[in-house]
Amino acid sequence: MTMNSTEPGESLAAAESLADENAASKRPVLRAAAIVFAVFVALLILVELTGGSPTLIINGMMREAVAPQTAGVAIAVIGLNVHFGFTGLLNMGQAGFMLLGAYGFAISISKGIPLPVAILIGLAAAIVFALILGMPTLKLRGDYLAIVTISAAEILRYTGRLANLEDFTGAAQGLPGSLYRDPFTSLSIFPGGGVEWDPFRFLGLDSIGLALNYQATGVNGWWVRFVAWVLVALVTLVFFYLVRSPWGRLLRGIREDEDAIRSLGKNVFAIKMQSLVIGGALAALGGMIYVLPSAVQPDAMGRSLTFFMWTALLLGGAATIFGPILGSILFFGLRIFVQGASNSIVPDSLMNTQQSQQFSWIVIGTALMLLVIFRPQGILGDKRELRFNV
Amino acid sequence: MTTRAIDRPLVRGVAGLLIGLVLASLSVFLAAPANAQATQLCLANETTSCIVGTLRTEAGVVAGVDILVVGPSGEETLTSGEDGKWNLAVTEPGDYTVTIDKESLPDNVAVVGSAEKKLTVTIGERTRQFGALFELRTGDYSAESSKADQLMQSAVNGLRLGLLIALASLGLSLIYGTTGLSNFAHAELVTLGGVLGYAFIRLMGLPLVVGGIAVVVCCGFVGWLQDRIMWQPLRRRGLGLTQMMIVTIGLSLAMQYVFQYFVGAGTVKVELGTGDVAQFGPVALSYRSMVSMLIAIVMIAAVGYALLRTRIGRATRAVSDNPALASASGIDVDKVIRLVWTVAAAMAGLAGLLYALVISNGIRWDTGLQILLLLFAAVTLGGLGTAFGALLGSLIIGLVVELAGPLGAPGDLKYAVALGLLILLLLVRPQGLLGRAERVG
Repeated sequence: MTMNSTEPGESLAAAESLADENAASKRPVLRAAAIVFAVFVALLILVELTGGSPTLIINGMMREAVAPQTAGVAIAVIGLNVHFGFTGLLNMGQAGFMLLGAYGFAISISKGIPLPVAILIGLAAAIVFALILGMPTLKLRGDYLAIVTISAAEILRYTGRLANLEDFTGAAQGLPGSLYRDPFTSLSIFPGGGVEWDPFRFLGLDSIGLALNYQATGVNGWWVRFVAWVLVALVTLVFFYLVRSPWGRLLRGIREDEDAIRSLGKNVFAIKMQSLVIGGALAALGGMIYVLPSAVQPDAMGRSLTFFMWTALLLGGAATIFGPILGSILFFGLRIFVQGASNSIVPDSLMNTQQSQQFSWIVIGTALMLLVIFRPQGILGDKRELRFNV
Repeated sequence: MTTRAIDRPLVRGVAGLLIGLVLASLSVFLAAPANAQATQLCLANETTSCIVGTLRTEAGVVAGVDILVVGPSGEETLTSGEDGKWNLAVTEPGDYTVTIDKESLPDNVAVVGSAEKKLTVTIGERTRQFGALFELRTGDYSAESSKADQLMQSAVNGLRLGLLIALASLGLSLIYGTTGLSNFAHAELVTLGGVLGYAFIRLMGLPLVVGGIAVVVCCGFVGWLQDRIMWQPLRRRGLGLTQMMIVTIGLSLAMQYVFQYFVGAGTVKVELGTGDVAQFGPVALSYRSMVSMLIAIVMIAAVGYALLRTRIGRATRAVSDNPALASASGIDVDKVIRLVWTVAAAMAGLAGLLYALVISNGIRWDTGLQILLLLFAAVTLGGLGTAFGALLGSLIIGLVVELAGPLGAPGDLKYAVALGLLILLLLVRPQGLLGRAERVG
């Protein structure tokens, strides 16, 4: 990957060879996908041979893939994509934006404010946060934004844990979902009771135990999943038009060469700020969905979550439309797979159940490194899109 | 407290928090109820919750004090036991008031603040232990002098923390200076030092000094190896700095869980006990802390001397300033960077070992993660990439963290205060205290 922006003449030549390059780059991708799939199947067979249950693992992955938390993270990753993928902003505090959105939403509802206003309050909190963070740092080099956002997110987390604010934030214990969930569940258009969906029965085949069984409405049922994924679709649609707009082209311009955009008379600072605000608001929305089926736990939305979101973004492909969604689903699904498979295949004397969970995180960390080194564009990305050096 | 539906979980939160505080002081009582014979034992179950507490002054526990508990089921008078503990089993939920009978306090002991605490007790919920904490002081304890003493003690603790942070952040700053890389995995080298210390000293039984040297050598080797097999090839590939930074995040994640894989999720101690403590007027400091601070000062001075006075140090500074120019003038840039990585990792490992010995009293898989931001704050505060700025920034951060509490910041916020200070400084002086303005933007 070249770090320097290409000369104008070169870029013309590059554009001509694009089509060939694209066609040529498709084949290795397909081959890689086939290899990955073969390894996946081979490991599942190995699981079956070592007395484990492949269907249980696949079912676990399916559950993780449709979980509302995955949807919430996907929306926040789309926000991160606006920041990093399109504008080149190194936001290392995306989980802080999520936490702020979740707090704004949950505290408002628990104090009796109606649902739509509570959502707006959550979004407004994240927007104000973005403005405060952006003001001092967006004029500086990229690392400063990284350090300030990660620090500010941590300050938020520490503040949320404060015993003095216990009446608002629930301190370290957080706010239980029962405090703020009711206005949302009462909107449900779904009936009561449980609903089972089995992909094999759905296709007219015999069930092999892959059914997803949730309550239709309930605390953590189909209703919250439905709303969460509809929101993911809507956000993706808006995002699709946004990055294709003249404004989206400006973002990419800033990512590639800030000075060039400035020389065109554009206010780079303002555009970066808009990007930070929009991405932050998306994270706040994601945060609200993230906490709906569970609770607002400050420690659950710390640096680790930010790092997971970065992994998901880079896995799916930064600067792509569907990369964030694919990345989020794969991130959570693959982790379950690694955990389940290693737990089953490796004997307990070498790796117990606890350790197989840790092993799955080791794999995630290593995967992030290898991904950035060998395929920085992720699964869906285009290498030429990632020339930035902030 | 009202009984509105939304208040109950909040109350549970308060109770949980109080319990956390009480648990810290009551760990003996809770872990080994058999030892608590001094007071009647209260066992919480589905139908019974416990109201518990320990009366203690700065000098020790206070026995034989009457405590009046008034609740829905009437009043009950308790007396604190030999160990200062008291408890009451209650079977009815509701609001309880716990009052210390001041008449029964020994002479010379007084309650600071309110002698009356209100609790809302639930039965059969997740929280079944409810703590009532009272602050007691003896007459010898003068609030006036204690504030000053407290500040003195905190300042010394801050200096200690600052020196250890400096030990770790100096390397972070040198790596940033010579390669431009913000190494998010640097704090994992700190954890590595502590974990290796645990392995060598506690598990293998090496003497402290021998084990310490082994830790430093191993960590230095890990730094050398990291640069040899990873960072140098990546630099050769021309991987962008942003991408490299994300690689360090992946490395940090992987290393954290490797530590957790081997030592588990709890704290492991490098050595049992904390050693002897010396008293200098109001300030108590363990001999181990003093030695640690001395080691840190010597190491930092050695690095400073090397940077300023030796050929290789001058070469390092030259690479920091301008790698291309340094390379053109005959300096082997890769060799300098390799050395920087080795020294940085060795110092981080040493810092981790000392941190585990004298500050956190043990090491956890995420000890490094906890102080990573302090390292970054120190380096940024002093000026990114300036070695002496890192030293200055570290000392400031250490002092701010330790002094924040006594100066009135709530306990949970002491790290947040340091990070807030960093953000404020970036507003007015983005290049840091010792940085040069042209490095920025």
